[in-house]
Amino acid sequence: MTAEALLFFLFAGLAVVGALNMVVQRHPIHSALSLILVMVSLAVLYLLLGAEFIAAIQVIVYAGAIMVLFVFVIMLLNAGEEERTNWSRLARYLGLPVAVTLLLEMGWLLYRTWPGETFVEADRFVGRTAAIGHLLFKDYVLPFELTSVLILVAILGAVVLAKREL
Amino acid sequence: MIPVSYYLILSAILFGLGVVGFLTKRNLITIFMSIELMLNAVNLAFVAFAYTWQVLSGHIFVFFVIVVAAAEAAVGLAIIIVIFRTRGSLNVERIDLLKW
Repeated sequence: MTAEALLFFLFAGLAVVGALNMVVQRHPIHSALSLILVMVSLAVLYLLLGAEFIAAIQVIVYAGAIMVLFVFVIMLLNAGEEERTNWSRLARYLGLPVAVTLLLEMGWLLYRTWPGETFVEADRFVGRTAAIGHLLFKDYVLPFELTSVLILVAILGAVVLAKREL
Repeated sequence: MIPVSYYLILSAILFGLGVVGFLTKRNLITIFMSIELMLNAVNLAFVAFAYTWQVLSGHIFVFFVIVVAAAEAAVGLAIIIVIFRTRGSLNVERIDLLKW
């Protein structure tokens, strides 16, 4: 087994274990820490797929900024353990079946439409930051500028919502 | 040498777990984190397809998804804070103003 295969199975396993743990844990802070594990493992998988830039912003923005926000809010609200309530009937009868159906559907689609197998090799395709920058500021310059407006609106919305009175 | 389809299967598994969390959890913050997990699963699929067809557009889409997720997290958590302030609970079954 090559080093790449070893890395893939190690971090894919970690991601699945983290996601399972996130669903099983009852305390939100444990779920948040498991989700951080998933995100860091995914960053390694992005590196294996040659997405250097994406791996970096996955760690900086997702695991860094967004999850810090989550953990901060959990601390701020002093959120305790999830209460054990009767599951709503909808969740009980629909939850697992819907998830299993979705999974089977995706699996079937993958199985049916897969156009021949591509193998992941190191250095065959690397998403360099310079190339992404060129694409972002030439072909995708309008969406890029629109995201700045989106973030501005999000900042204003967050401040207006969270402030007691303006 | 790992086939790209393994990455897609992993992505499907993570998305399925996100759906399970979204439908079964009772805590508002955990439900929100399940959505983030689903977004991550989709990002992995985007990067895997970008590798398959050797185009960078997939990476650009992941970039935009992450930007939107950041904005969504900021606004969503602000809403969660307001809900906690007015109702004193994060349990979704207690948030039933629109139910009759």
